[in-house]
Amino acid sequence: MIRVMLPPHLRTLARVSGKVELEVEGPITQRSVLDALEAEYPMLRGTIRDHATQGRRSFIRFFACGEDWSHQPPDAPLPDAVATGAEPFMIVGALAGG
Amino acid sequence: MSEVRVLVGTRKGAFILTSDEKRQQWDISGPHFAGWEMFHVKGSPADPNRLYASQSTGWFGQLIQRSDDGGQTWEPVGNEFVYEGVPGTHQWYDGTQHPWEFTRVWYLEPSPTDPDTVYAGVEDAALFRSSDGGKTWAELPGLRGVKGHLWQPGAGGMCLHKILLDPSDSNRIFVAISAAGAFRSDDGGQTWRPVNRGLKSGYELPDPNAEVGHCVHSIAMHRSRPDVLFMQKHWDIMRSDDAGESWYEVSGDLPSDFGFPIAVHAHEPDTIYVVPIKSDSEHYPPDGKLRVYRSRTGGNEWEALTNGLPQSHCYVNVLRGALAVDSLDSCGVYFGTTGGGVYASADSGDSWAPIVRDLPAVLSIEVQVLP
Repeated sequence: MIRVMLPPHLRTLARVSGKVELEVEGPITQRSVLDALEAEYPMLRGTIRDHATQGRRSFIRFFACGEDWSHQPPDAPLPDAVATGAEPFMIVGALAGG
Repeated sequence: MSEVRVLVGTRKGAFILTSDEKRQQWDISGPHFAGWEMFHVKGSPADPNRLYASQSTGWFGQLIQRSDDGGQTWEPVGNEFVYEGVPGTHQWYDGTQHPWEFTRVWYLEPSPTDPDTVYAGVEDAALFRSSDGGKTWAELPGLRGVKGHLWQPGAGGMCLHKILLDPSDSNRIFVAISAAGAFRSDDGGQTWRPVNRGLKSGYELPDPNAEVGHCVHSIAMHRSRPDVLFMQKHWDIMRSDDAGESWYEVSGDLPSDFGFPIAVHAHEPDTIYVVPIKSDSEHYPPDGKLRVYRSRTGGNEWEALTNGLPQSHCYVNVLRGALAVDSLDSCGVYFGTTGGGVYASADSGDSWAPIVRDLPAVLSIEVQVLP
């Protein structure tokens, strides 16, 4: 079971509280986790990744195990601690604006 | 007794203000979608409890929300706005060509006859339509074919910010695009042409009579007389008596003809409202006095409406979407400010009172009258 932490606005949009738990098939990567997240919560489509390019939106950041994964390839395996559910995959709104 | 519902879009959420037809006591609901920019909320004329709302932020992009119960509950619907074919390029600030990029939905115009059909005006400027209640959206790409490569964003972005559906001809659509101009379709949105003849933009364009490039801030019509259009241009109040074929200036005796919104009285086609702003470099009312100006002669002769509005030290703006009228016998007029005030008049503008003073900056106002 993969645990995903959403930023507050997206928790409200998805109507969830706390962390989201997902069953993810195959290798645990950014892409597979986000695919599973959007399949479970279709209202999140387009809010984390661009519809057309599937690239991360500019002011979204991904963290796992205290590391910034935002610039890692989407198919790179996430840490084992995320794959086992010990640590969450964190989707964070960047510090931007004012 | 009728109910009035005012739909307010702000920088940090949407608010719904309701009153009976006296329009003296108001209930305020919100913020809905707290923290999000709500560029526009509008109800379907065919089913007033069907509302569409444009919700966005720079972080999470665009969402469209739909309510089927007058705004008590909402459901996110489709948010995939993909330009038809190869998007191409438009003029950029430095004169180079820049790819068309979707940013947000500025304006939603529901069909007058079908609650599931709604048009969306977006940035970068284009027109989309949904026929399934907002679940899916398709571009009407003919619009961008009208010299779109010459369109260039203004300071507020290259936005399609107004859609007028001709109530007498379902095939006729007008749109207004900031820093591109006004455009008309006579075949339901398939083909378009610019309707900007007579607009003069001497300080903004190398060719002041250019076919496209004029910075139209808003357009308005009265439903009984759809060939007569009124326009607040960057500078100048303009009027067309021939569905946009030609325009002439009706700024007349206004203290400034710079401004953003324009509206027409619900029952008097020659009564129009504007909110003059000092200049393009000072976006607040002249002399710090918040004055709506009304013309009862279709332009040129204007009177200041001040009763109940702040007449000193007022330095707010009224944005292009933030002025609207209701359809009650005694026509109500409403506007919202960048200072978060929403003002209402139940007597065509003769007197005003704030409904609420301290919302986030108001982006848009729409009004519904419910039986």
